[in-house]
Amino acid sequence: MPLLEIDNLRVSFTTADSDVNAVNGVSFGIDKGETLAIVGESGSGKSQTAFAIMGLLARNGHATGAARFDGQDLLSISKRDLNKIRSREIAMIFQDPMTSLNPYLRISDQMAEVLMLHKGMSKRDAINESAHMLDAVRIPDARARISMFPHEFSGGMRQRIMIAMALLCQPRLLIADEPTTALDVTVQAQIMQVLSDIRSNFGTAVILITHDLGVVAGFCDRTLVMYGGQIMEEGPTDNLFANPSHPYTSGLLRAVPRLDRDDAKLATIAGEPPDMSRLPAGCPFSPRCAQVLDNCRAERPLLETDGTRRRACHLPVHEVA
Amino acid sequence: MSPILSVRDLSVTFDVRAPGAWPWTPPGKLHAVSKVSFDLASGECLGIVGESGSGKSTLARAIVGTIPSSGGNILFEGADLANMDPRQRRVHRRDVQMIFQDPLAALNPRMTVGDIIAEPLITHEPKTPRAEVKARVRTLMEKVGLLPNLVNRYPHEFSGGQCQRIGIARALILKPKLLICDEPVSALDVSVQAQVINLLMDLQRDMGLSMIFIAHDLSVVNHISDRTLVLYLGCVMETADSSILTTAPEHPYSQALIASVPIPDPVLERARPRPVLEGELPSPLNPPSGCVFRTRCPKVQLSCADKRPALTDLGNAHQVACPFHAATQLLSVQP
Repeated sequence: MPLLEIDNLRVSFTTADSDVNAVNGVSFGIDKGETLAIVGESGSGKSQTAFAIMGLLARNGHATGAARFDGQDLLSISKRDLNKIRSREIAMIFQDPMTSLNPYLRISDQMAEVLMLHKGMSKRDAINESAHMLDAVRIPDARARISMFPHEFSGGMRQRIMIAMALLCQPRLLIADEPTTALDVTVQAQIMQVLSDIRSNFGTAVILITHDLGVVAGFCDRTLVMYGGQIMEEGPTDNLFANPSHPYTSGLLRAVPRLDRDDAKLATIAGEPPDMSRLPAGCPFSPRCAQVLDNCRAERPLLETDGTRRRACHLPVHEVA
Repeated sequence: MSPILSVRDLSVTFDVRAPGAWPWTPPGKLHAVSKVSFDLASGECLGIVGESGSGKSTLARAIVGTIPSSGGNILFEGADLANMDPRQRRVHRRDVQMIFQDPLAALNPRMTVGDIIAEPLITHEPKTPRAEVKARVRTLMEKVGLLPNLVNRYPHEFSGGQCQRIGIARALILKPKLLICDEPVSALDVSVQAQVINLLMDLQRDMGLSMIFIAHDLSVVNHISDRTLVLYLGCVMETADSSILTTAPEHPYSQALIASVPIPDPVLERARPRPVLEGELPSPLNPPSGCVFRTRCPKVQLSCADKRPALTDLGNAHQVACPFHAATQLLSVQP
């Protein structure tokens, strides 16, 4: 049984103008200790999928379907039970580490609070444990710096603190929502190193949400590509990058300039990401797809599996350019 | 051929007061750009890379003339920017145009797209007949890939990629000689980013533009520019042909930067050497003595603290500011 199983998840937001359907029937699972990447552009629904799992949707948002963690459906259990799971079992880190930390509280207070509340530790023990965790994410001189305020740390250090805080209760699943997008490349490399150390030391399963295909390539076992709130394709990372079976994935891979290659011209995907309140009837990618077929516009392709990989496309695999 | 732009020993400093300092203490000096020199040939595209805080945007603004320099010279077509009289400065302003990072914030929300694109033309050539202005706006909109019938729309009705196209059209209506792009694609989605990069490359070729392309993403800079300049804490670390810089970087910082850039190829990504750079950018208020990179450098020697290393020419316009430089291959898998 997978650690977390998402079944036909839908997320919609009620706005004054219309309903925005951010996630439209997404199903996937993640096993113990596995690393799953959810890749997509802005508006693909990747972050809202994570927010729905964690019960963090905005007030006008509504999730249906199921998200089973250890057999419990996170979407339907009481807030009290959910709070138990989302502290001890599942943790999340966000894109902007500054807005996720309380600027008024010392790091020691913010971190100790987690352990005192969930593990019933004394404050002294909690601070000790927190300092250990800061050591684990390689913050130099953690004992002294734990009593500093968030603004005294740089962006990379703040993200390390967020990771340390998320790991305090040793969760079995860590959801990282664009953890390095706001950081410089050299710092990004450091943070990804910290995340892989943690994965191997604690055996934590990680869902990495990102738009950066390069980060995915170096870190994730399995990759899931989303577009327009739906899964386009999913498979083992090596396999998926080597043989993309969906026109969107292959277009995305060719649209990124690569340092190790000198392409004369980048292949582009025409058009713009879709308006989520007015999705096309068929495949959400059909208006931009270079290999669109007639029934793509009318009929939404089903996500079909061949055992190791899943894809949602009417075009036969061998014809994908 | 004489270069269109020569920057010589350019420094830009800002006066800042340390937090909590007394009001009567003299302000500290923040060295955003220190002693940067380079030439830009006509029709060439120079890429500038560096982490945040490396001074790349300040450098761009100094060249445009919106930030005064505190030392050195900026020579545009032989004329020094610092000693220009107002009339020359006006000409300089039309010849040097800029594209900004946040496409929506760079556009006035209360002006229509047509007015935004026409504004520089009306400012600099107020006698242009209305009909001609309209015609030029329309041709330019077509050129940057916008439908001319959208001329009366407002910026909020456009997506990020389209807003960036509007910004490009506004920058090009005066037919500038030099276009400065400050992180023009970093706010865009991957699929749209490729469209804008291709557009800029086509326009550069068709209009014979000289271009300075600033970005933190080395892969994008490498793709678009002929030559690349690596900045760290306001200082030039290395400059070389883009292909040489990525395949055989000499400076330890360029090497670290290239090693940090992830490549979307799982097999290569796992196998290639990836020395991770420790620490973070030091404060520009109090930069390290000697070589500014020495606090994070894996090859640091005692002598690095004494004197700032000069740029050494290695031939082929390849210059490196490190006495211990050595070419390293970072993008292929060693057998």
